[in-house]
Amino acid sequence: MKYVDEYRDGEQAQQFVAAIGEVVTRPWSLMEICGGQTHTFMKSGVDRLLPDSVGLVHGPGCPVCVTPIELIDRAQAIARRPEVIMTSFGDMLRVPGSTTDLLNVKAEGGDVRMVYSPLDAVRFAEQNRGREVVFFAVGFETTAPANAMAVWQASQKGLENFSILCSHVLVPPAMEALLGASDNLVQGFLAAGHVCAVMGYWEYEPIAERYRIPIVVTGFEPLDLLQGTYMTLKMLEEERWGVENQYTRSVTREGNRPAQEVLARVFETCDRKWRGIGEIPASGYRLRSEFESFDAEMKFDVGEIEAQESPDCIAGEILRGLKKPHQCSAFGERCTPEHPLGAPMVSAEGACAAYFLYGNREQAS
Amino acid sequence: MKDPSDESKGPIDFALSCPLPISDYPTVQLAHGGGGKLSQLLIEKLFVGAFGNAALEQLHDGAVLNVGSSRLAFSTDSFVVHPRFFPGGDIGSLAVHGTVNDIAMCGARPVALSAGFILEEGLSMEELWRITTSMKEAAEEAGVEVVTGDTKVVDRGKGDGVYINTTGLGLIADGVEISPRRARPGDRVLVSGQLAVHGIAVMSVREGLEFETVLETDSANLYPLVARVLERGGSRVHVLRDPTRGGVASALNEIATQAGVGMQLEENSLPLREDVRGACEILGFDPLYVANEGKCLAIVAPEAADSVLAAMREHPLGREAAVIGAVVDEHPGKVYLRSRVGGMRVVDMLSGEQLPRIC
Repeated sequence: MKYVDEYRDGEQAQQFVAAIGEVVTRPWSLMEICGGQTHTFMKSGVDRLLPDSVGLVHGPGCPVCVTPIELIDRAQAIARRPEVIMTSFGDMLRVPGSTTDLLNVKAEGGDVRMVYSPLDAVRFAEQNRGREVVFFAVGFETTAPANAMAVWQASQKGLENFSILCSHVLVPPAMEALLGASDNLVQGFLAAGHVCAVMGYWEYEPIAERYRIPIVVTGFEPLDLLQGTYMTLKMLEEERWGVENQYTRSVTREGNRPAQEVLARVFETCDRKWRGIGEIPASGYRLRSEFESFDAEMKFDVGEIEAQESPDCIAGEILRGLKKPHQCSAFGERCTPEHPLGAPMVSAEGACAAYFLYGNREQAS
Repeated sequence: MKDPSDESKGPIDFALSCPLPISDYPTVQLAHGGGGKLSQLLIEKLFVGAFGNAALEQLHDGAVLNVGSSRLAFSTDSFVVHPRFFPGGDIGSLAVHGTVNDIAMCGARPVALSAGFILEEGLSMEELWRITTSMKEAAEEAGVEVVTGDTKVVDRGKGDGVYINTTGLGLIADGVEISPRRARPGDRVLVSGQLAVHGIAVMSVREGLEFETVLETDSANLYPLVARVLERGGSRVHVLRDPTRGGVASALNEIATQAGVGMQLEENSLPLREDVRGACEILGFDPLYVANEGKCLAIVAPEAADSVLAAMREHPLGREAAVIGAVVDEHPGKVYLRSRVGGMRVVDMLSGEQLPRIC
């Protein structure tokens, strides 16, 4: 298939693996920011082709994993209201809150619907004027423009029965939080290509300078990851830092200006709590005051939410790259995709799910 | 006689003896019918726990019963697909093909079908006629008759138009011995054609996804193809399975577990149409987990692989048949795949629901 097979070529993969083997002289620890990259590494098995001295730590770039548990509980409480149609990306439905997930709320009678685009939720609102349609708007800079566009369209159409439960997070502040921590292990980043397709990579340049660390904007196909890994290792071995772009077919330094404009029009930066990590200053988006009538948190009073994490789940340490999923005592035993204790076990971008599904539990043991 | 007002015993007894941990799933979820791990758990723990017997515990597509001097294959399936009409098929033809194929996967020639209809008040009679006509045509084409049936009507709002249950009987010829437990190291894994077509076709209509090409379901009667396979392969055909809900990955995981063997698949060998692959890439689905109708997995002795593959390819439904992997000694109970790019990974059973309610 065009535009896919070119990036999954076995011979070229071997060439990159050989080049990586030649350039590496000592152990390095790299973080792929995005959970989608973690999954490609493992689904294609290219992680197993890398030399042992190249350690991959898996980053926080799993939007549903970092959505605060309080907000998931709040989404469930809103979804239980009879007038509400709760819409969400499929990935969010199985993420455990304090006691249950949205799929269970659906099974118990809540009107919970999976959508492929937030604009589908806007359409539901138009078609169901007597109901309240809520979209669970999570994600990084990647999903934010479409969610902003949904709010913008709803406002243009004068839809009073549409709102979003917003939990947008931003990559650069999270990278700074990781790098500034005393227990940081990361020596180089594979930055998330799709985030940079929207935002560009100029924001990363001061981070690379300040922490003297290589950051390589990297795509999502197996060869993208191998090339990004090679470029990062080469910079490390040559004692260089800065930002390089592997994903030139999609990413420019400036990013996608129209997407940035709609973001700026609808959202403003705010402090944001990340599940498992804690509050990071200026690390999220919230709706601007002129759009607050579209804010589901303001619209629906569901009382105080007292959320509680499973005491056995080490998702926070996994999302910060301090531990690997198989180092969790619950992994694969008390925590499985059918009975998850934390979000990374059920998300399509979660590191624990990748280890569980693609068998890295065995490789690790 | 038990006093119906005395409810104190029932629920408590159930709570004490229910083999599924009720605290984890206090209610039934869609994934319990999705053909993956939760379905398997529900069937093995709850239903097999309650009904357990030798024929059921084979956990095959149908039961094999010895009646007099005959070996009968006996299978049932219910159809709740939405939408009821989709490109290339409808719930009626699907209800015939589904059960006929389950019978064929026991290595049996389908003989007779029953049909049970649960109709929702308000369903258009014209639509019911179209569905019935479609069933009739599918049954005639498969050479089976619908010999008994049942009709129930439920209140408006308590059904989804029409649900159909079909049950089938088939006869197994002498010398045919099909069972998931017969998969053995060295065997080859064959599939009769392109994967994931049905699941993507149904979903493209249900979810309103617009692709450049119209995908039609591959729903079809597989018995003629199976008859050819058995004619050519005989007792060297060890396992047959139609990988419906849960897809090829779930079917092969079940077989690997039941036979206590490993499997090794080659991603490069999987027959996949470009448009189906494209849809899966866009939606983030793994085609190995997407439902098929009208596709057959065959696990055959290595020396029979070429002739069975040729037999499949001679049949119109098997033109794109391929050998996709092998049964191995290593990693019993697990399915591995060598990716296009050359890496190895586990292919686990479907967990949860990739697509709600396909069939």
